[in-house]
Amino acid sequence: MKQKVDRILESYPGSVYKNRKEHILVKKSNTEEPQVITANTRVIPGIMTQRGCCYAGCKGVVLGPLKDAVVLTHGPVGCGYYSWGTRRNKGRIAEGEDNFLNYCFTTDMQEGDIVFGGMKKLRQAVKEAIEIFKPSTLMICSTCPVGLIGDDINAVAVESEQLYGIKVLAFSCEGYKGVSQSAGHHIANNGLIKHLIGTGDGVVGKYSINILGEYNIGGDGFEIERIFKKIGYEIVSVMTGNGTVEGMRNAHKASLNLLQCHRSVNYIAEMMKARYGMDWIKVNFIGLKAMVKSLRDTAKYFDDPQLTARTEAVIEEELAEVIPKLEHFKTITQGKTAALYVGGSRAHHYQYLFKDIGVETILAGYEFAHRDDYEGREVLPNIKVDADSKNIENLVLEPDPEYYRITLSKERYEALAREIPLNSYSGMIKDMQDGSIVVDDLNHFETEEFLKYLKPDIFCSGIKDKYVSHKAGIFSKQLHSYDYSGPYAGFNGAVNFARDIALGLTAPAWKMVNPPWKTEPAIEGTFGI
Amino acid sequence: MLNATPKEYVKRSGLVINPAKTCQPVGAMYAALGIHRCMPHSHGSQGCCSYHRTFLTRNFRDPVMASTSSFTEGTAVFGGGANLKTSIKNIFSIYDPDIIAIHTTCLSETIGDDIPTYIAQTQIPEGKTIIHVNTPSYVGSHVTGFSNMVKGMVKYLCTNSKNPNGKLNIIPGFVNPGDMREIKRIMKLLDMEIIMFPDTSGVLDAPMTGRFEMYPAGGAKVEDIRDAGNSISTLALGYFASADGANELEKKCKVPCKILKTPIGIKATDDMIMAVSRAAGKAVPYELEEERGQLLDIILDSQHQYQGKTVALTGDPDFLIGLTEFILSMGMIPQYVLTGTPGEYFEKEINMMFKEAGVEGKVKAAGDLFTLHQWMKENPVDLLIGGTHSKFIAKAEDVPFVRLGFPILDRSVHSYMPITGYRGGMRIVELISGALLDRRDRDAADEDLEMLL
Repeated sequence: MKQKVDRILESYPGSVYKNRKEHILVKKSNTEEPQVITANTRVIPGIMTQRGCCYAGCKGVVLGPLKDAVVLTHGPVGCGYYSWGTRRNKGRIAEGEDNFLNYCFTTDMQEGDIVFGGMKKLRQAVKEAIEIFKPSTLMICSTCPVGLIGDDINAVAVESEQLYGIKVLAFSCEGYKGVSQSAGHHIANNGLIKHLIGTGDGVVGKYSINILGEYNIGGDGFEIERIFKKIGYEIVSVMTGNGTVEGMRNAHKASLNLLQCHRSVNYIAEMMKARYGMDWIKVNFIGLKAMVKSLRDTAKYFDDPQLTARTEAVIEEELAEVIPKLEHFKTITQGKTAALYVGGSRAHHYQYLFKDIGVETILAGYEFAHRDDYEGREVLPNIKVDADSKNIENLVLEPDPEYYRITLSKERYEALAREIPLNSYSGMIKDMQDGSIVVDDLNHFETEEFLKYLKPDIFCSGIKDKYVSHKAGIFSKQLHSYDYSGPYAGFNGAVNFARDIALGLTAPAWKMVNPPWKTEPAIEGTFGI
Repeated sequence: MLNATPKEYVKRSGLVINPAKTCQPVGAMYAALGIHRCMPHSHGSQGCCSYHRTFLTRNFRDPVMASTSSFTEGTAVFGGGANLKTSIKNIFSIYDPDIIAIHTTCLSETIGDDIPTYIAQTQIPEGKTIIHVNTPSYVGSHVTGFSNMVKGMVKYLCTNSKNPNGKLNIIPGFVNPGDMREIKRIMKLLDMEIIMFPDTSGVLDAPMTGRFEMYPAGGAKVEDIRDAGNSISTLALGYFASADGANELEKKCKVPCKILKTPIGIKATDDMIMAVSRAAGKAVPYELEEERGQLLDIILDSQHQYQGKTVALTGDPDFLIGLTEFILSMGMIPQYVLTGTPGEYFEKEINMMFKEAGVEGKVKAAGDLFTLHQWMKENPVDLLIGGTHSKFIAKAEDVPFVRLGFPILDRSVHSYMPITGYRGGMRIVELISGALLDRRDRDAADEDLEMLL
């Protein structure tokens, strides 16, 4: 396997080869030192990467799903337009609540704004947005040229707060910052913790949790909420799928943070731990076994016999409902192989669900992950801070005098940390089979070559390479948008996923690709039918 | 749905809400994909390229190949020269296109990157070509970007080598591959040899063969675009997307040009056919006359299904100019016509049509869907025609909706099915009458649900 990977890489020019070989490894478990992968570094110019930008991570991923905030893009029209309704983060509201998810707000900067500065237009746009929509919160996100011409969006935010008496936040998430969407996640996290989290004084109940890094793609969050509420938890805030600013303000009142997409939101979890003493646990709602484990881990944290019993009852009830359905689809999916290239956590999460339906993952990679997502959180101290990550502010927070608390005794903490992923997450590589391939920032050339070589039955990626895979005869499932299906999380989600995979694999047209005249010997025409 | 949109019209000067346009680079990328074996290259942050590829892929449901200079903060400060040069080297050596078509972004435009100088400082492999075009996102729209890329093709490639080729150039404008195929079919029926550029047919509607081809069979060949400088004349279809390129070709290579509407509907298709027939002295074949007659037959026979209905139309300017004319010839009333692309010419053209037809309509260039929605709230229409982004208005106002134009992100097959030419007209009539009658059936009381309509 290693040799084949090397052969694929050898067709690169020297400098590209040298760079890319550090981003690819073949899993081997009996090594003296744990395997190391290079991640979260610059893309080589000219390489067809699938990565997006800082703005996409900040506005597109983290802030976009908030229902009750007007998120205003300050820049030329494109960035706001492309991030309008394209992430499938669903939002459901009760009568009378604000929902701005179907709106795109932009300053649509023109040449004059670039030359003479865009602050005047931004102020005007803020004024109009507040007058028309009367939101409780407005967020300004900047795009590339804004940073270059020096528009001070922070100043506009501060003066607008005073002027209109609503919360106005500014996010300097210009696309050129960092090396991928990841920088944008961090910038969004910083803004939310600085200005929103902890500003509410709501009252919360006994088993109260926040769910972090759940974006409600295809309704995943709805399914997760359903399960947790059925057990008896109170969900104070979801960051940020189907989420609200209001919920986020009270997030510090919850007892525990559950971390789903750790890549995009681990900063908030860490900062809430520093400021409020709140623990977090790494969860994974993708796959039945993973879901069950996450529910049990959460119950263990609360250590309440009643809650534990209720958790077990719900697990039993839910599994009884879905296992027979899953078994049906498993007859089709069993024994198939998959290659996964997605996100900063999903390429790991979905391996659990694939395992549930008998599919082996033979290649997995992340688009914008850091080394800790591959190797485990323990490598954090060993990660070199380079020029690109240095540019993203790293907040160090002090304990909050009013709300800081320690929930677990030292002994209990240590005991629990041995049992559950308490304030920690493991890396994807550890969960993979020996001989499988791990690729960071899998680009077009490598996608084409690996698909040719590995011939997986399923390729899970995004829209940009979906049809590359289909043209090559390999069924592709988008794991960013789920091909407009879902939910895939939780118990019912697992069944939906298994069904969609089974349907995709058995689409009758796969067998009709070769026309008969290509497969049958030429027949001499006699015009006799 | 869109509950926060008030009925009272609010004048805005700073805020755009639900834009009816996007930025230049994506149009440039689409045009560049209409060159055979071309790698469109986005000179800016990698997010631009990612968004544009994603957007085009969603519209066409086919692979969209393009590369990026992957700017970082350092690049934004020190300039994109090094990134572009590295990109060119890597693209030729890894992806082996015949031509790279570079377009800029708001980032590289704002820092003032001098692309021609960077290209001049690059070693271009034997037999390979690089062209470039400036596409600042803060000017015009995606249609402007398309037009600029076409102009870039002419500037860099078209040459008058004093060897007249007897061909007709056709710049089809910002239309689907299916439309480009249809226009080529009509030219074949007219027995006219043409050079069409750009031509995304065979690229963004490539067949499933079980093999991925980085550069599918379609697209205008570089040598054909060069040869366009030797053609007898150029037909530019669509003022906004095609006129600049055609004028440039006339200036550079002395190939005279005629600027026509995008051939949507009877009159615009008649104009295109007459222009070819006159220019080349070609008789119009019976097949085309038959198609024209069929379309008229359909319109007159089904007139009771839509005549007199009011319509709100939104989309790109060239598409809307053709469609509004056709809608009027169907006897419908285009009450609102709105594009996001700026341009006085658009409002002038549509107003002329209103005047000629005696219609009191509203037209707006550089508008947004929020404005259109407010108009519709103020005074409702019977039908809405536009791209996918308008569907939220259709739901909010519970108005029948026909998806036509660009982009369509929530339905398939549209990019294969022409709306140009007489046969394209038939499809438009079918879609419009279908939408109106489906609504009538849906809302009908049991006793009113009719077998015959």
